[in-house]
Amino acid sequence: MLVLTAIAVVRMRSLFAIAMLSGVFSLLSALLFVTLDAVDVAFTEAAVGAGISTVLVLGTLALTSRYEKPTNRSPALPLFVVIVTGAALIYGTLDMPNFGSPDAPAQTHVGPDYLEGSVHEIDIPNVVTSILASYRGYDTLGETAVVFTAGIGVLLLISGLSGRRRRDDEEESEET
Amino acid sequence: MGFELTQEYIFGHLNYWLFSVLMMTGLYIVVAKGNLVKKIVGLNIFQTSVFMLYISMGKVTGGTAPIFPLDMQIDPDVIYSNPLPHVLILTAIVVGIATTALGLALIVRIQEEFNTIEEDDILKIERAITQAENAIHGESMGGPA
Amino acid sequence: MRHHLILRVITKLLVGAIMLFAFYVQFHGDFSPGGGFQAGVIMAVAFILYGLVFSLHDVQQVFPPWLVHKLIALGVLLYAGTGVVSMFLGYGFLDYGAFTPDHPAHGQHYGIFAVELGVGITVTAVMVAIYYAFASRPPRLSDEEW
Repeated sequence: MLVLTAIAVVRMRSLFAIAMLSGVFSLLSALLFVTLDAVDVAFTEAAVGAGISTVLVLGTLALTSRYEKPTNRSPALPLFVVIVTGAALIYGTLDMPNFGSPDAPAQTHVGPDYLEGSVHEIDIPNVVTSILASYRGYDTLGETAVVFTAGIGVLLLISGLSGRRRRDDEEESEET
Repeated sequence: MGFELTQEYIFGHLNYWLFSVLMMTGLYIVVAKGNLVKKIVGLNIFQTSVFMLYISMGKVTGGTAPIFPLDMQIDPDVIYSNPLPHVLILTAIVVGIATTALGLALIVRIQEEFNTIEEDDILKIERAITQAENAIHGESMGGPA
Repeated sequence: MRHHLILRVITKLLVGAIMLFAFYVQFHGDFSPGGGFQAGVIMAVAFILYGLVFSLHDVQQVFPPWLVHKLIALGVLLYAGTGVVSMFLGYGFLDYGAFTPDHPAHGQHYGIFAVELGVGITVTAVMVAIYYAFASRPPRLSDEEW
């Protein structure tokens, strides 16, 4: 399903349909996250991917254009690059532990420590919250700062500049 | 590499391969398509498939979501999946939407400056600008930019 | 958007419910799936929905842009401030045991509460600010072209 949606995004030319399909893709991946036990992540993905990101893409489309122009570039070179990279990635996964195996390296060191320590040290049922806010508080502080910076960047780029844009247009029309 | 193509091996690695394919679909959109909005959507697909890869590493067979019972009486027989990838990806999703918004804002500005969001057209306009500047200032300004 | 009567009525009903759910996710995040990031996004969705169905002007009267811009910084400040307070109490940066030294686990509860609140405020404000920034540009396409 996910692959089909992704391929549909490649083939589509209407950007409106692409925005909708990316929302569909997000919802499908949220379902996948639920089956992989990551309920918090699924929750976020559904709210962010299907909600806000679709609204933002549609907002951009309203400010730009609705259709993609067909390009005359040949897809051969990108396809070659992609296939080589993909082959390298798949080669890299050959040494990975089996899916869901309890003795994988990821399951044997920090993960169980957090699970056990969280009971006595934090006393909060949702381990994801306790790691997010307490064990890895520095990380989350950094992430919040990144969100903050991105917000400032968007404000600097596209707010309060509409007056300047109109003046630019007038200058252009005078020149021509 | 000492591995055999048994059925168990294939099913154990099928998820990684699936995510690689998705990742490459996203990469293909970014590299091959000229429309900037479409490139951003491709980046999102790429990003989401990386998230899936991480989350699938944290899954333990027979495990459940890492949330304890409210009374904190933990049954030692219950297996919990690894919560660490969940935390990393949770924050990554929100940071991802913030950076996507930044990219879309850049696209809006590009649209205003160049009046197009197709990569080919933008390159054409930039080349024309460079040639015009060279014609005015001559090559003494440092040659073609 | 004058004629979308059903949308407008349903939105008025939903916005309150969405906000309530956002607060539930925010403050119940210790016990069930949820936390500051999700709650912030859901809260922002409530404002965005209101702005989409009514108008940017209406939503900006409820939640003015200058307040949004202040809140972006306030959230990060609240998060970092929690760490600084714990540092002044003689513990490490962001070591929540500092708040109740005789029962560290309680201190953790308070610390996580404050930190998640900071995250929630910042995420809400950033998302709403981004929406305002996009929606306040004059659109190139008229409604009929969609």
